[in-house]
Amino acid sequence: MGFEVLFKGSNMLRLLEGLGVSLGISLISVVISIVLGVFVGMLMTMKNKVIKAITRVYLEIVRIMPQMVLLFIVYFGATKAMGINLSAEVSAIIVFSFWGVGEMSDLVRGAMQSIPVIQYESSYALGLNKFQTFIHVIIPQIIRRMLPLSINLITRMIKTTSLVMMIGIVEVLKVGQQIIEANRKTSPDAAFGVFATIFLLYFIACWPISCLSKYLEKKWGK
Amino acid sequence: MDFGVIANYMPLYSEAFLLTIKIGWIGIAISIVIGIVVAFVLHFKIPFLNIIAKGYVELFRNTPLLVQLFFIYFGLPKIGIVISAEVCGAVGLGLLGGSYMAETIRSGLDAIPVSQGESAKALGLKPVQIFTRITLPQAFTISVPGIVANVIFLLKETSVFSAISLMDLMFTAKDLIGLYYNTTECLVMLVAFYIVMLLPVSIAGSIIEKKYRYKMYGA
Repeated sequence: MGFEVLFKGSNMLRLLEGLGVSLGISLISVVISIVLGVFVGMLMTMKNKVIKAITRVYLEIVRIMPQMVLLFIVYFGATKAMGINLSAEVSAIIVFSFWGVGEMSDLVRGAMQSIPVIQYESSYALGLNKFQTFIHVIIPQIIRRMLPLSINLITRMIKTTSLVMMIGIVEVLKVGQQIIEANRKTSPDAAFGVFATIFLLYFIACWPISCLSKYLEKKWGK
Repeated sequence: MDFGVIANYMPLYSEAFLLTIKIGWIGIAISIVIGIVVAFVLHFKIPFLNIIAKGYVELFRNTPLLVQLFFIYFGLPKIGIVISAEVCGAVGLGLLGGSYMAETIRSGLDAIPVSQGESAKALGLKPVQIFTRITLPQAFTISVPGIVANVIFLLKETSVFSAISLMDLMFTAKDLIGLYYNTTECLVMLVAFYIVMLLPVSIAGSIIEKKYRYKMYGA
């Protein structure tokens, strides 16, 4: 079946290292997405028409452009158009952050607009000032609504980073291919075992995170 | 930007565009069928099948399409299951989409209060009638925004097909860049074709969403 290849030499360790590369890229992109996303999301709730138009276009780009296309534009296009030579890793982080900020800011906007005006008015009536209203009344509610969805964004980011293989980053799929190539003679069935293992590795990486997200959603949903 | 180059590449891109759309929509059709079947199993908690359905949904929702396609296209032939790249693309997309659709449709079905079914029963409707006339139309209304979002997501995911050497838009662009180095033109055309493919769906999606939302609250 081809699973035996994984126990030869350091093959399993190499696969895990490959997974580490994708997870590293997703982690950096997620952190950037959440920090910038909160900021952009707040901008979106402003009434300024220019900001509204710009963010609208930005969101639509994020919504309809495949991440792979963005990856190609940044990795191949930026070099050609502007003469900047970006490494594959940097391009990947730029693209996934661009996408992540869009998704995150939309979540923030949705959560902020879901708080009824009456909440603000009641807080003022109770004598809280603007700052206190935000800290004690609004933000706790927003966090409860957003946290499950932002955790979900992490699993989506991990799944999306598997694309970086297409611009030549050596991550888990590429390592898998190398292992299969190297053992072509001795175990011709390696492709099944290796890709089944990678399938499982991704599942093990993402499943606990989606369970956490689901659990929080249930707990705070009501 | 050289428009002669764009004109030269147009036939290649159009062909790739049609192939992408064809496989994409076949995959989406498969995913909706799988989604409905699996959602029924999950909603009615059919014994045994229920566990398989849950496992399927979790497995495919938590792994990337690229990995799924590699497994189906390169892995399965080693145990005797050989399929062409086109079929692999459509099936892979269908399986991935099926898990998303199942969750969306199930949450729609679960959102219908039990009292609806009970009231219908009290009015003398048969179980099949209750399901097709009361539960399903309402559940569908609730699921529509989710289904539209899934369709857009799946159409975007078609860009991954190039990895299993299917001659889709992404593959064509990559190929032409590698051959002639007309990077700017190739990328501009790539973006243009994806906009043509997805913007109408996105716009139609928001119109449908609005229409159904009014139907739900305006009843």
